[in-house]
Amino acid sequence: MINIHNVSLSYADRTVLRDVSLSLTERRIAVIGANGSGKSSFARMLNGLVLPTEGEVEIDGLNTRTHGKDIRQKVGFVFQNPDNQIVFPVVEEDLAFGMKNLGFSKEKIAQKTDEILTRYDMRDLREHPAHLLSGGQKQLLAISGVLVMEPSYIIMDEPTTLLDLRNKRRVSEAIMALEQTVILISHDLDLLHDFDRVIVFDEGRVVEDNIPSVAVPAYVKRMT
Amino acid sequence: MLDLYSPGKSFLHKMSPAPKMLVLMVAATLLFLNDSLAVTLAAMVAVLLLYPLAQLSFKQAWQQLRPLLWIFAVFFALQWWLAGLEQASYVVLRLAALILLASLVTLTTRSSDMIDTITTGLGFLKPIGVNPAKVGLAISLALRFIPVLAQVTQDVREAQKTRGLERSVIAVAMPVAIRTLKMADDISDAIESRGYRP
Amino acid sequence: MDTKSIVYIALFAALTAALGIVPPIPTGFGINITAQSLGVMLAGSIAGAKRGGLAMVLFLALIAIGLPLLAGGRGGIAALAGPWAGYVLAWPLCSFIIGWLIGRKPGANVWLLGAFIAFGGIVVMHTFGILWYAFASQIPLGVAFINNSIFIPGDLVKVAIAAVLTHGLRRAFPTL
Repeated sequence: MINIHNVSLSYADRTVLRDVSLSLTERRIAVIGANGSGKSSFARMLNGLVLPTEGEVEIDGLNTRTHGKDIRQKVGFVFQNPDNQIVFPVVEEDLAFGMKNLGFSKEKIAQKTDEILTRYDMRDLREHPAHLLSGGQKQLLAISGVLVMEPSYIIMDEPTTLLDLRNKRRVSEAIMALEQTVILISHDLDLLHDFDRVIVFDEGRVVEDNIPSVAVPAYVKRMT
Repeated sequence: MLDLYSPGKSFLHKMSPAPKMLVLMVAATLLFLNDSLAVTLAAMVAVLLLYPLAQLSFKQAWQQLRPLLWIFAVFFALQWWLAGLEQASYVVLRLAALILLASLVTLTTRSSDMIDTITTGLGFLKPIGVNPAKVGLAISLALRFIPVLAQVTQDVREAQKTRGLERSVIAVAMPVAIRTLKMADDISDAIESRGYRP
Repeated sequence: MDTKSIVYIALFAALTAALGIVPPIPTGFGINITAQSLGVMLAGSIAGAKRGGLAMVLFLALIAIGLPLLAGGRGGIAALAGPWAGYVLAWPLCSFIIGWLIGRKPGANVWLLGAFIAFGGIVVMHTFGILWYAFASQIPLGVAFINNSIFIPGDLVKVAIAAVLTHGLRRAFPTL
């Protein structure tokens, strides 16, 4: 469970989040809002990349201020642009990176690499240079690099924004098939039909928090 | 990958990179210390003979020298004018032998093997604060992002072409540099998100 | 060294390589600019002395291990031993000095930035370049100096471009 208690976040010149309190228990949670509404900073707070100025964030009882390392393992993060997330030149090297950081054994690394590449139908691409993958394959590799670290939660910051329609479909199917809890930051309202909960941010505050069939129309109305 | 490696099974291919580099350095130093034309000529012939032994063609040897031909010509002419024909042949031959020798190492060694050698070889610098694992990460990151930034540069040039600005170095380099700096933040976040502790 | 510094070092090495891969850009003054030397100057002026200098060390290491990253697709140890190698070998020092000078005067205007970049990118680079050239080709320093002065006009153009770029980038990213 993710608990957010009275969290505010400000940088030198602006306040990004104002007194947000949430308790996240559902398996599929979406966070939507206009550009600059604070949703990206919110996402980065959930795995401790950003620490709140005031208030606390707890993941399964662990505070992000004090348990940074454990939380990075528990909470995976998928960025908008896979090109910035894939940090090694070859597919299998990149998959191994996170696992090496967690101290997995060689055998375990090999086995998990095999598993995940099979799952996403990319076994032939094991020794492929990452920059020659298609956009959709890159995003699946970025997701894979997170999954092999065995997280319980996965935060995704607009993972389909840069993809064409076909790849968007492939990646969103992959997202819906995940067994982990997913917290998806998105502009893409089509993705949210099957979600359990949708939270709408505006100017750093939560302004809607409901099931998709209620929250999405309210958001659309707010934006027009 | 984008290296200059030429696949093969010769003894030079099988030799591990560290001794190969060491031999290269010693040979290059000796070549520079020696000032006899005859010895230099012998060295040149010896290096050339190593090419077939390393399953490389003379054509490949020629390819190493071709881009430098006009420089050799200028040197030769200058030396001839300043110091005579013998000195001119000596200087140009020495340079050519050095280039061919160094290329021999490059052509028979995979970049990835070289990187492993460097990262292990740097172990002795640990006491002065060099961390081989970080050097390894920096090398991998650079290899990963060279094609990404090359693509970005290409995209920017094409975009500026439609505005008639593809000849303006600033109009090309500025957006590329801005993208690079923006990427830097995301990449460090991504690395730390994946459990990396510096 | 923190993660961000490692990323900066890698990215500026990669940027320098990427700028060498694109075909030379004609300036219209009869000089074709290989954008690569801009990478050297920007590494110092944007990434700073230590990160910029190390980015260039990394770049040279990538050349040495056999990647054809110098403009024109040259690479390998041979490229670092040829007659022009002194220029390339001086890059870490050039970036470091440019970064160090700018670090001491963070509020420098575009002219002062240009002067700093010119010092690192022309004075330091050419000193090394000429010394190595004279040594490798065994010609008197004076002749080497005259030979190399043909590059000065082109280099001045690059310095001007680098100064404008640096000025713009430092305004766009005030935290640099």
